[in-house]
Amino acid sequence: MSETTHDSAPPRDVPLAELAARHGLSVSGARPSLPGYVRQLWGRRQFIVAFSQAKLAAQYSQAKLGQIWQVLTPLLNAFVYFLIFGLLLGGRGGMENDEYIPFLVIGVFVFTFTQNSVMSGVKSISGNLGLVRALHFPRASLPISLSLQQLQQLLFSMVIVLVIALGFGHYPSWLWLLVLPALALQLVFNTGLALFFARLGSATPDLAQLMPFVLRTWMYASGVIFPLRHMVEEKDDWPSWVDPSLLADILAANPAAVYMDLVRYALMDGTFAESVPMITWLYALGWALVVGVGGFVYFWKAEERYGRG
Amino acid sequence: MAEQDIPAGGADEARIPTVIADDLHIVYRVHGGGGRGTATAALRRMVRRERGYKMREVHAVRGVSFVAYRGEAIGLIGSNGSGKSTLLRAIAGLLPPERGRVYTDGQPSLLGVNAALMNDLTGERNVILGGLAMGMTRDEIKHRYQDIVDFSGINDKGDFISLPMRTYSSGMQARLRFSIAVAKEHDVLMIDEALATGDKKFQRRSEAKVRELRAEAGTVFLVSHNNKSIRDTCDRVLWLEKGELIMDGPTDQVLKAYEEETGK
Repeated sequence: MSETTHDSAPPRDVPLAELAARHGLSVSGARPSLPGYVRQLWGRRQFIVAFSQAKLAAQYSQAKLGQIWQVLTPLLNAFVYFLIFGLLLGGRGGMENDEYIPFLVIGVFVFTFTQNSVMSGVKSISGNLGLVRALHFPRASLPISLSLQQLQQLLFSMVIVLVIALGFGHYPSWLWLLVLPALALQLVFNTGLALFFARLGSATPDLAQLMPFVLRTWMYASGVIFPLRHMVEEKDDWPSWVDPSLLADILAANPAAVYMDLVRYALMDGTFAESVPMITWLYALGWALVVGVGGFVYFWKAEERYGRG
Repeated sequence: MAEQDIPAGGADEARIPTVIADDLHIVYRVHGGGGRGTATAALRRMVRRERGYKMREVHAVRGVSFVAYRGEAIGLIGSNGSGKSTLLRAIAGLLPPERGRVYTDGQPSLLGVNAALMNDLTGERNVILGGLAMGMTRDEIKHRYQDIVDFSGINDKGDFISLPMRTYSSGMQARLRFSIAVAKEHDVLMIDEALATGDKKFQRRSEAKVRELRAEAGTVFLVSHNNKSIRDTCDRVLWLEKGELIMDGPTDQVLKAYEEETGK
């Protein structure tokens, strides 16, 4: 740059925006393009994984049994549900214990995966404001990292599920491998949902209070503790305009039911597993794509606004 | 009121701006502030549609403009709550401006890693987590790990780095945080005073480290209530009061006016 031209005149002579443009300065905190954002996230993959593992490890670090609780917590959960819904209440739709208990435990754990992803997504920005206000990183790292934490939690739970399935005489076959694509699709779906709710929750922290009720309603409408189709079609006092089998189809196409049923299909033998239609895989793929991509784009659109308020 | 046109040393020509703030306004929105905190009071406010149950706004930075150049060390002074730390965060792009813009050359970084650390984890894991949070890679961290631990002096009194951070004394925690924070190289570096803690020996060590960082970084911002450390390290000073830029100029001039105003 020449020393004699007006190029670097003192700021009072030039609008500041022009001065910035002249020297190639960029707006601080501006939202990157979508491909640029994906690249930034990929660059932070080590942080995303380390953060999820750190969160998981910190969870039980004060307990005397330490990380054993990772497995103990889901086991106790399964036991409580068995006690209440297996022994005390009916509602098992003609399944014997050896089919009902794996059915129940898979349902509870798979739904918990989605449920916890949503809840940690809601709080991912508002609960980490200190981090958001102190360091620079693509904000989507937080909800994605917390979804990964839930995935690791689920993998511990799946150990219990496998033990229970074996214990009730559902023996390993090649079908068991189908658990992997089912859970992978669910992870994409959950992450999209977590991103979606992370943006909502950053603007409206009250959602953290409201969501447990919404999620519990969703759980009952998805056939976690009873076979959905059986319950809907058995009930004979529907008003005349309701077509029970259509209603059952709609409920069975909802994402929570879809992923649950696929894992059941993969791991269990018996009549319920055989009744899961193949179209469920299409639903699983569709939900993962729509919610995964949609949630990501929706979150990215507000990238520069996280951290205010 | 703002005397923006006083250059801070060096010729006007051929200076390369690294940070430009253009009429910057920052507003915080606080939920649940104001009014009584009871449920009935909140309900009454909702029914009467009174303002205040929603949120309160805090206008922390009001129309600040300045240009910072490469090689400058700029001090920020002003009483508590005058908007110094907020201004730094806005420059770093961490707080979205209400109005106005900040232009920067590269990514300015705030010397602060506290928020990424977890007290339930060991010091060792926190070094890695903090480094990753600042954008370092695992290899870089592995490379610098021993330096970080040595600089913090955590292991001087036995193997503390493998204990959870919550078992550290507050001084030890602060030292580890500082050591992690300074492990990375920065283009535009911003230092908030709160970081420089620990005992006399560690303070001397961290002051030396800050000077070293200043030599490496393009531009340094320093928030401090210690006029001596501003005088020692900065060649230009911005004086903020109630979010407004009162004065911008060479260190001696601004500090003199500041000291007269505050009656020191």
